[in-house]
Amino acid sequence: MEKSEAYVSFKNVQKSYDGETLVVKDLNLDTERGEFLTMLGPSGSGKTTCLMMLAGFETVTHGEIILDGTSINNVPPHKRNIGMVFQNYALFPHMTVNENLAFPLQVRKMSKSDIEDRVKKILDMVQLGAFGSRRPMQLSGGQQQRIAVARALVFEPKLVLMDEPLGALDKQLREQMQYEIKDIHENLGVTVVYVTHDQSEALTMSNRIAVFDDGVIQQLAVPDVLYEKPENAFVAQFIGENNTLNGKVKELDGEICIVEVSSGETVKALAVNIEGVGHSTMISLRPERVTVNPESGQCSSTVSGIVEELIYLGDHIRSRMNVCGHNDFIVKIPNSANHAELKPGDKVQVGWKAEDARALDVPVQT
Amino acid sequence: MEKNQENISLVTADGTPLKISLARAQRRSKIIAFLMVFPLLLFITIAFIGPIADMLMLSVDNSIVKKILPKSAEALQKWDEYSGQLPDEEVFAAIVEEIKQAKASKQHTKIGSRFNYESSGFSSLFRKTGRKVKKIKSPPFKDGLIKADKRWGEIYTWQVIKQNSSNYTDGYYLAALDFKREFSSGNIKSLESKDSIYLKLFFRTILLSTLITFLTFVIGFPLSYMLSSVSTRISNILIIFVLLPFWTSLLVRTTSWIALLQQEGVINDFLLLVGFINEDGRLAMIHNATGTVVAMTHILLPFMVLPLFSVMKTIPKSYVRAAISLGAHPWKAFWKIYFPNTGPGIGAGSILVFILAIGYYITPALVGGSSGTFISNRIAYHISSSLNWGLGSAIGVILLGIVLLFFVLYHRIVGINNMKLG
Repeated sequence: MEKSEAYVSFKNVQKSYDGETLVVKDLNLDTERGEFLTMLGPSGSGKTTCLMMLAGFETVTHGEIILDGTSINNVPPHKRNIGMVFQNYALFPHMTVNENLAFPLQVRKMSKSDIEDRVKKILDMVQLGAFGSRRPMQLSGGQQQRIAVARALVFEPKLVLMDEPLGALDKQLREQMQYEIKDIHENLGVTVVYVTHDQSEALTMSNRIAVFDDGVIQQLAVPDVLYEKPENAFVAQFIGENNTLNGKVKELDGEICIVEVSSGETVKALAVNIEGVGHSTMISLRPERVTVNPESGQCSSTVSGIVEELIYLGDHIRSRMNVCGHNDFIVKIPNSANHAELKPGDKVQVGWKAEDARALDVPVQT
Repeated sequence: MEKNQENISLVTADGTPLKISLARAQRRSKIIAFLMVFPLLLFITIAFIGPIADMLMLSVDNSIVKKILPKSAEALQKWDEYSGQLPDEEVFAAIVEEIKQAKASKQHTKIGSRFNYESSGFSSLFRKTGRKVKKIKSPPFKDGLIKADKRWGEIYTWQVIKQNSSNYTDGYYLAALDFKREFSSGNIKSLESKDSIYLKLFFRTILLSTLITFLTFVIGFPLSYMLSSVSTRISNILIIFVLLPFWTSLLVRTTSWIALLQQEGVINDFLLLVGFINEDGRLAMIHNATGTVVAMTHILLPFMVLPLFSVMKTIPKSYVRAAISLGAHPWKAFWKIYFPNTGPGIGAGSILVFILAIGYYITPALVGGSSGTFISNRIAYHISSSLNWGLGSAIGVILLGIVLLFFVLYHRIVGINNMKLG
């Protein structure tokens, strides 16, 4: 059933530039029609290579890319009918905004009046109706960004690729554009494959996120699952803020395991990705899931810590503590009516529920 | 009071007007900046601009006549050159006296050559008169002078002298543009095309320079494109090969083309070997326009490649990719998107090569023969061989004018701000 729904699918795709190393290792990925899929990962993780293979600018070394039921491995990029938004917009500087938008329609040999209509319509959609006769250089970064999106959509492709399109914008504008792109996606119902290294951007915009590292998809999930239930150490560390405790699995009791951390304490954690009793593990714990001075019975694991540093951030107080020999253990204390009053040097108890501490694999040190 | 307040300018905290305070604050850095360019300014003014301006003045300078023949020139003013009468005795008396003086200081041949530029025969007239002028001791000087050389009895001789006696002359410019003044009537008419020298040379210089510019573009564009698309490591190595000619003497490069292109040269021998031509049909590729074009295209190629390369390097690959992703065939993407963006490089390279070519001297002189020489070779001839510096300067000024004209045209069409030299 799922296979018939896939609009874009990568099947066993491998890519090598030099014939010695693989930048994409055996990639399998299905995208549904109308989905907003984000490829998220650090630079060099293979995400952009995947996008370029989909666009047709890089050849597939092995495997197949299927678009709407047909293999596009041998379709040249200009015949794929895929819209693309580039990192630095790639607006043609020698053409006006109107000419930029008309370009894909002209190469499709549309009539002049049709071109005018479509250009006008798409300009209105991105709220830049009055800017048609300007050159790209005369527009602000955000306006250029909108034109780039409009140009990728004006010929009504079913699939739009975006390669870090918001990377050049400042923070505020970036957040605004995230919502605008998401709106456009929802209104037009196009399938979007989006590449970014910014995890908050990915969490905000996507239906599903594929986290890339080292040429492999580490986890493919909807945003909240990715954040709350990371399946391995890389995802846990890459998405959001994260406390880590290294230790050895002592006992395994169903889903729950007991881990002896390197400083000697034993804590309970959810066994997600461990090799078994006696093996090393890394416990991942979100700072907002840690309770300071918990009431008895509230937490399944409690250890002592020393407050090292406090930063007041308005809605919460960020506290750096020394816990289990790690002095970079972060606790976010909500600024609620009767939150714990702390001073640096205070001795406190910190606790968490076993299911919030996820025992994962130990990342390979590089 | 109110009026005053309207006009009040901003002042600093201690009450000094802001503008004065600002100027004071910036004065130091302005002085330092000026001092840093001062040696260059001094050098250029003394060693370059001054001498060139002086040289260019030669193209209109005619003060020699008033210097050597002051009284005669003055006396001639009263004479009507179209009256059909010879000048008065007063003029003859003056010129005899002045030729005597000139002979004593050996200046009479100089004034002779000056008039000879305007009308041939004057050199020998003054030389001969100089030899005989001692014998004319008493009036009437008119008869004495005509006895010394009967050309003094012709009205034409006096017409030439009178019409060339002011401090400035347009005669060199007329000659440089193949015009001739008919002194018997004072009219200016152009030379017949078979006698035309300079216009033909100007025209050839512009035509061949255009051809050379076009050829460097045709060869340089794909080369620059390749250089800009390979990795930096490889392009750095290849750029060295482009720059290599700069480190080789211009003479060596030009003469190596002689070795290659001459009738007994490498290329002809090869064509003979493969049977493309026979022994009688050896191609004449040097000492003609072909030689000039081939050698100069080679020599000027880097000036096209470097600006093109530097512009192409800044054109993001994503432009062409974007065009392709929008559905354009790669060729169309190249032509409609990439090519227009290389405009500043093409403009800079073309104007650079063209302006260098139009004033080129050594290469056309060595390999140009008679059909491949440029106008600059003619300037050199007048400066160093015929010693007609006035004419050489006039041609130089016209050449400068042509270069400036092309520059203005370029600015009108492309815009100087659109030029990128690297």
